Amino acid sequence: MLHTHKEILDQIRTHAETHYPEEGAGFILGRASTDDRYVERILPIQNQFEFGDRHHRYLITPQDMIQSELEAEELGLVILGVFHSHPNHPAIPSEFDRERALPWFSYVITSVHQDGAQESRSWRLTDDRRFEEEEIMILPADKEIS
Amino acid sequence: MTIIKIPTPLRPYTDGKQEVYVKGHTVGVAVRDLTDQYTGLRKHLFDDDGGLRPYVNIFLNHDDIRILGGEETPIKDGDLLMIVPSIAGGNAHQATIDPFHISFQAVRNLDSNAS
Repeated sequence: MLHTHKEILDQIRTHAETHYPEEGAGFILGRASTDDRYVERILPIQNQFEFGDRHHRYLITPQDMIQSELEAEELGLVILGVFHSHPNHPAIPSEFDRERALPWFSYVITSVHQDGAQESRSWRLTDDRRFEEEEIMILPADKEIS
Repeated sequence: MTIIKIPTPLRPYTDGKQEVYVKGHTVGVAVRDLTDQYTGLRKHLFDDDGGLRPYVNIFLNHDDIRILGGEETPIKDGDLLMIVPSIAGGNAHQATIDPFHISFQAVRNLDSNAS
């Protein structure tokens, strides 16, 4: 289960709206226990996919991955996964997403349209490389993530 | 022996280890020694044809092996290998180009900027 505050989810949704009609992406940082993840902040990353295809593709380069791991370590956090938007498409992983997905990561996908962000859903790859949905639990505003 | 640094999402397959010692005189042999030690990693690093998956980048002492000699790149004791994933995806439409070509170009650009 992915635990976070509404404020974090709102940041992901605003990021999707800001980048519409292109896909926006970044990392979610936080802490993990055996089955639960606690998202404490997001780290937006510039979509490095070639201009002209960013409305249906995103790319985070190895260099951005290395830099982001360092930033997470400095914060005492880990990269829990990736968020990205699907402009004009549902918040469901595509086959393209699945083929390139990493195990363990949570993939938070936000469907976004002209009139704004719609639903956000989280997905994780299974050991046989299928996606399974992961429940997003919104924590009360006054509950700190620990 | 060579050290391979393991990225966060693959550490569950190395018993949580951030670094693993591997044997081999080339990058390819060393990476296969890693997957022999931790067999659960194999399907996430290699596709059904035995090639590295497109999101898997291997860096030798901070250089992408694609700009060195690929999997045949020789290594020596004390070298540092890093597995660094590219992160890519998108909605259901087909891409017109391979995103990992862009990744490779970015590496080359960084390399040329550094020289």
